[in-house]
Amino acid sequence: MSVSVLDPSVAAPADNAILRRRRRELLLGALLLVPLGALPFLVSDVYTQNLIITTVLFAGLSQAWNILGGYCGQISLGHALYMGIGAYVSTMLFTRAGVPPTVGMFAAAAVAGAVALLVGWPCFRLSGHYYAIATVVVGEIGYLLFLNWEWVGAASGIYIPLGADSVVNLQFRTSKLPFHFVVLAFAAVAWVAAWLIEGSRWGFAWRAVRDDVTAARSLAVRVFPSKMAAAAISGGLTGMGGAIYAQYVGYIDPDSVLAGHWSILIALPAVLGGVGTLWGPLLGAAVLIPVSELTRSYLGGSGQGVDLMIYGGLIVVVALARPAGLVSLFGVKGGA
Amino acid sequence: MSWDLLAQSLVSGLLMGLIYALVAAGLSLIFGLMDVVNFAHGEMMMLAMYAAVLIFGTLGLDPLLQLPLVCAGMFALGWGVYRGVIARALGVRFNRGMVQIFATFGLAIFIRGAAQFAFGGDFRSVSGTVLSGKTVSFLGVFVPLPQLAASIVCLLAFAGLLLVGRTEFGRALEATREDRDAVALIGIDRDRIFAMGWGLGAATVGVAGVMLISFYYVSPNVGANFALIAYVTVALGGFGSILGALVAGVVIGEVEALTAFVLEPSLKQIGMFAVYLAVLMIRPRGLFGRL
Repeated sequence: MSVSVLDPSVAAPADNAILRRRRRELLLGALLLVPLGALPFLVSDVYTQNLIITTVLFAGLSQAWNILGGYCGQISLGHALYMGIGAYVSTMLFTRAGVPPTVGMFAAAAVAGAVALLVGWPCFRLSGHYYAIATVVVGEIGYLLFLNWEWVGAASGIYIPLGADSVVNLQFRTSKLPFHFVVLAFAAVAWVAAWLIEGSRWGFAWRAVRDDVTAARSLAVRVFPSKMAAAAISGGLTGMGGAIYAQYVGYIDPDSVLAGHWSILIALPAVLGGVGTLWGPLLGAAVLIPVSELTRSYLGGSGQGVDLMIYGGLIVVVALARPAGLVSLFGVKGGA
Repeated sequence: MSWDLLAQSLVSGLLMGLIYALVAAGLSLIFGLMDVVNFAHGEMMMLAMYAAVLIFGTLGLDPLLQLPLVCAGMFALGWGVYRGVIARALGVRFNRGMVQIFATFGLAIFIRGAAQFAFGGDFRSVSGTVLSGKTVSFLGVFVPLPQLAASIVCLLAFAGLLLVGRTEFGRALEATREDRDAVALIGIDRDRIFAMGWGLGAATVGVAGVMLISFYYVSPNVGANFALIAYVTVALGGFGSILGALVAGVVIGEVEALTAFVLEPSLKQIGMFAVYLAVLMIRPRGLFGRL
């Protein structure tokens, strides 16, 4: 890539190859929307339909995480904070001010993005494990504050009042199926954001920050602003996903949207699917979410822990056997 | 606000802080050696606690007397985890940082599931040990004997860790930490040192677990909370620094006790997290960190 900057004549064919690949990926993404959109209509039972909706939602959330964790290489283990804040912002706007969630989710994205900047400002001074652990701690602080904050329902949470079916209010009482298109649109937005980033100046700067901070800085990449921009976009998209999730489940409390395990759940599909790749989060979610749901419902009911053993074992095996993620099975190379 | 209560809080903070310090020491040791954060550290402690419950239940052996036994078992566990998982995670050519984070995280979930499978979800503890139910009072401050014994053992364990640093093995450990490639040239088996480092780290957290069991309940999820505090402690003290873990552990314990005393118990963790973030703003590598 560095050659293309220095010598345009050498770079021209390579650039064309990259552009062609990017166009192919965009086309593939667009074509994929058709089977993905039809998928829940091919099965009749509600359980499988919900599983598909959850999987697509996680593909979107994980893609949002991937923008900061994959492309910019900042391993955040505190994304539950942005998801939770998004969920709370849209829910509070809806229940207290009557703002429909279709509007509220943009407010949620804005607030979550702003919080991501606020978190990033001190935390991006830290690197490596110090950064990762600081994000865990910031997430925990958010969780504890909401747990003790009466105005937002504290530990007892908030029920979203059920109204008539309404697209504007994202309420579909008779069937959850319309939610599939909402989460699919969200996942598509996150995917397109990643696609745009991959080809943009920003994307190159972020990947340079990820691969070698010192080298990036020596090439006049502004490291701190790069991390902040990645955090804002990543946090904002995660917040939007949180708002949609809140509307989907109809009830939120700190444990259901802010607890620390969400941070891991959001990051895992991207990491196991292929971090810093366009398809990694989708592929990771398509494998992980069904495995975790199916093992839980078939083996976890008795609380015997076999589901956790399978799930944990799967994570270990995939991480060790496919360090570049499941996308490497298809010959895709990622970064980080 | 009464002075008696304040003194009581400070003393309990100190006693708990020493436990936190020992849990963190094992984590810090492993990190310092090979730049790996063990996200299954809390689960290892949980296993040691279950081992103590089992041995006490079957053999009737007091937790204090079990220490050598459980430590040996934990050393073997740490060794095995290194050979089975970590050595492979270190061997990958791609994405190494994330692979080790999520491999140890997957291991944590696996251990939690295994504990659930073997012991069920109930809370367990031991009672009727030599020390249980006894307290000593000193200048009007009551100190339960199990906690006191735990903190003394923790201090001894720290002394032991510092002594290990002076042995041949400790010097090899330090050399491997300094330059993991150069040690091969002087005949140190790096892989063996790493495995022993993991054994030592696991045995350390095992000591904390065994001492904890006489005044704390164990369940499959007990590790998560202690691990979180341990990460904060290690980052506060500085990754790789044993002395840093000791100081930071006591600081964390005291801040927790004071926050619970001044504000309210439900907010006690916010105080320690805030102190941690404040310190990291001034010293991004922790109090004693060099890495």
